[in-house]
Amino acid sequence: MSNILDSKIPDGPLADKWDLHKAKLKLIAPNNRRKFNIIVVGSGLAGASAAASLAEMNYNVTCLCVQDSARRAHSIAAQGGINAAKNYPNDNDSIFRLFYDTIKGGDFRGREGNTYRLAQVSNNIIDQCVAQGVPFAREYGGVLSNRTFGGAQVSRTFYARGQTGQQLLLGAYSALMRQVNRGKVDMRPRREMMDLVKVDGVARGVVVRNLVTGELERYAADAVLLCTGGYGNVFYLSTNAKGCNVTAAYRCHKQGAFMANPCFTQIHPTCIPVSGDHQSKLTLMSESLRNDGRVWVPKKKGDDRPPSQIPDSERDYYLERKYPSFGNMVPRDVASRNAKVACDNGQGVGASGLAVYLDFQEAIEREGRDVIEARYGNLFHMYEKITAENPYEVPMRIYPAVHYTMGGLWVDYNLESTIPGLFVLGEANFSDHGANRLGASALMQGLADGYFVAPYTVAAHLAERALPAVSTEDEAFQAAEKGVRDRISKLLSVGGSKSVDYFHRKLGLTMWDHCGMARNEEGLKKALKIIPELREEFWKDVRVLGQGGQMNQELEKAGRVADFLEFGELMCRDALNRKESAGGHFREEYQTAEGEAKRDDENYRYVAAWEFKGDGKEPALHKEALEFENVELTQRSYK
Amino acid sequence: MSDTTFSLNLKIWRQESADKPGKMVDYKIDCVDEHMSFLEMLDVLNQQLIEKGEVPVAFDHDCREGICGTCGCMINGHAHGKDSETTLCQLHMRKFRDGDTLYLEPWRAKAFPIVQDLCVDRSAFDRIQAAGAYCSVHTGSAIDGNSLLVPKANAESAMDAAACIGCGACVAACKNASAMLFVGAKVSQFALLPQGQIERKERVLNMVEQMDAEGFGNCTNEFECEAACPKGISVDNIARMNREYIKAAATKAD
Ligand SMILES: Cc1cc2nc3c(=O)[nH]c(=O)nc-3n(C[C@H](O)[C@H](O)[C@H](O)COP(=O)(O)OP(=O)(O)OC[C@H]3O[C@@H](n4cnc5c(N)ncnc54)[C@H](O)[C@@H]3O)c2cc1C
Ligand code: SF4
Ligand code: FES
Repeated sequence: MSNILDSKIPDGPLADKWDLHKAKLKLIAPNNRRKFNIIVVGSGLAGASAAASLAEMNYNVTCLCVQDSARRAHSIAAQGGINAAKNYPNDNDSIFRLFYDTIKGGDFRGREGNTYRLAQVSNNIIDQCVAQGVPFAREYGGVLSNRTFGGAQVSRTFYARGQTGQQLLLGAYSALMRQVNRGKVDMRPRREMMDLVKVDGVARGVVVRNLVTGELERYAADAVLLCTGGYGNVFYLSTNAKGCNVTAAYRCHKQGAFMANPCFTQIHPTCIPVSGDHQSKLTLMSESLRNDGRVWVPKKKGDDRPPSQIPDSERDYYLERKYPSFGNMVPRDVASRNAKVACDNGQGVGASGLAVYLDFQEAIEREGRDVIEARYGNLFHMYEKITAENPYEVPMRIYPAVHYTMGGLWVDYNLESTIPGLFVLGEANFSDHGANRLGASALMQGLADGYFVAPYTVAAHLAERALPAVSTEDEAFQAAEKGVRDRISKLLSVGGSKSVDYFHRKLGLTMWDHCGMARNEEGLKKALKIIPELREEFWKDVRVLGQGGQMNQELEKAGRVADFLEFGELMCRDALNRKESAGGHFREEYQTAEGEAKRDDENYRYVAAWEFKGDGKEPALHKEALEFENVELTQRSYK
Repeated sequence: MSDTTFSLNLKIWRQESADKPGKMVDYKIDCVDEHMSFLEMLDVLNQQLIEKGEVPVAFDHDCREGICGTCGCMINGHAHGKDSETTLCQLHMRKFRDGDTLYLEPWRAKAFPIVQDLCVDRSAFDRIQAAGAYCSVHTGSAIDGNSLLVPKANAESAMDAAACIGCGACVAACKNASAMLFVGAKVSQFALLPQGQIERKERVLNMVEQMDAEGFGNCTNEFECEAACPKGISVDNIARMNREYIKAAATKAD
């Protein structure tokens, strides 16, 4: 095993690791903190919470985001909820149980230490958000309300209607804006980080494109926090916002940050199916719907009767049938794969045959329409807007779609990447969800990283490393800016015949076909041939109109797709390397007799961290062995 | 799908940058599918423009599911189009007919300068937010969530107000370009919750002061904001803000 990868998981009993570690972390005294500058790239849950907390501690923070306001980061779109181990409903939940469910949900490909810490701080997150005025759902007595999410047999999910991400982000954004008002955060929206600047091997700044003027700007700092979200848009069609990208993370990867488990992507089972070639993104229907909705397909293949005319006896409620103890609440990877199996088997519904029903009839009869409306009104409304069908009367049609990326930049227990001074938070890192993320745990992780972990670990970096002063006039900054400028000119000067979207769609289709819900050696090898060819074609034939020195949305997209065209290859390589099935990574060659994911703990119980070795060169694989001292590795079962 | 495709005449505001003059430009688009969203229709238009070597139309968007508040433009004088409680990205082409002529213009307001084509600068909203729309609570200092009970009705009303996506349609729809619905919603969320009580007075005073400084107009009870709001934010929030303001101003000294 590689010795470059020191995960820095502290010794000691699981429950004490974080406390022991914190006690050892060096501090910066309050009145010295204003001497340090910190760049936070991203203003989602991870970025906004980190920027606000660090500024509150008195560091000088510059926060960047691509949207026109920090409040619009993609976290805003999260619907269903956020987990915490509060055990308010008294159903025997605990920090350990939340930890266990999360590590098991991730098919034992996550780190025990990180995951346990996540469960530990989960309770503080809820308290923090309540104090900020986040209007969580409440019971009649005024206490906080909970619901159940997939992969759990307890109700530990806190929510604000179907807009939990919005409300949590607005809470973090309000904390951020308070620091803007104090002059401690310099908030810079409509800025895209184009490259990282290293000085003496340490992350010391970024080069950024001002998306309004097109000018390149340089920012120097003592630490850089990357909170830039996930890379699901490599598939073109996903539930992610259109602007989500891998650029910031990939640029850091090219500068030496290892990329971990890039093939671990999550396909969410309940999304609105594709309606045509014009489709530009997919819409999620929150997992919370599976609390009351029942998933089924007709038993008979090709049965095209309207759902209301298919009697109960001719329906296959396949999740309830196959997984009696979790039923419709199995984890996402399991639910998605089963939907695919049903559709591949000819039982799919709707015009394309690529959909299954999510039916609320029984719940409406049991609870009344009012109750269902109070729980999911906005989701039903959204569904109706898109499909022109009323889910109170006709079952929803749903199909899996790309949703979340468990992989990301490799970080140690301090959330520091393999580049000193470069910290990675939220969905952009790989750390807490293994091979499959349970619902309502991404919001938890983003806020855990930003509010409760990074503020302590970043201080230790500042205190332990005597960093020399740097200026944006230094050679490293000039060179980085020149690199960015050259790349932009190159994109603008190809002058080819095809739009950026053309390439993005083609890449997406290749990824979906060969590195999507099911993967196999042959397909992955094929993708590894197609992607470099597509990339070559891109650089010969892409057409990016307009200028660099002004707002230019095509140019923005072009830069991101160029990076996806390199990153997609790395994903396929990782998927090919991992000769086992684990969570969202389903290699068809490795499955149990019942068609469930079959892990190979002997050979693949590791984090695959890839090192960039140069353009056109094969990346190097480094392995971080995963140690499990507190849980027993079992074949996951939700039966 | 050919039986469901149709044509539209588009007249779109084109403006290269804030300091250049803009004008309406005519476009015709033929293969509009009824299942497309409005933004997907614009994607198709842009694809055609790129093929012809013309610079595509800039429009802001991100989530494309009605929650981020990024998208928006005027369609024939209606903010986000005529449909009620809909953002531009959630508007579907099945609402239009073959041969319709649509005028697409950016939000028009002094406080929202045009950036390019249909994109505007709404940073005034951020500055209003920074003026006071928060509870001053330090990270890590919070008490247990359930030690603060909130009557369900208040939590629900606060959530109704908090559902605002900050899109700016209310400003664009108002003949005075007033931001009262946006600000009222934020003031209300905190006024309705126990967490918001400590800073209740300064909050409303500071936010209103910033709102005025940004150049938003006054409210003359036209209610166009509520009609245009994609999230159904009620004008009751404006009334509540006015009450909060009067109370705060009257008792400022103590
Ligand atoms: C539809 C949907 C519903 C979801 N529902 C849930 C849920 O119910 N519960 C749950 O736990 N999780 C949910 N998730 C997942 C969760 O929302 C995300 O994983 C999480 O919000 C990511 O937060 P983040 O802070 O890491 O990144 P993001 O919120 O994606 O923020 C990224 C930030 O980085 C900025 N950025 C990106 N690139 C650059 C660049 N190059 N330069 C400058 N800035 C850049 C962006 O502007 C943005 O501010 C959902 C996801 C989706 C898609
Ligand atoms: S009040 Fe409504 S129209 Fe105004 S910004 Fe909020 S959501 Fe948009
Ligand atoms: S693009 Fe997010 S609300 Fe329309």
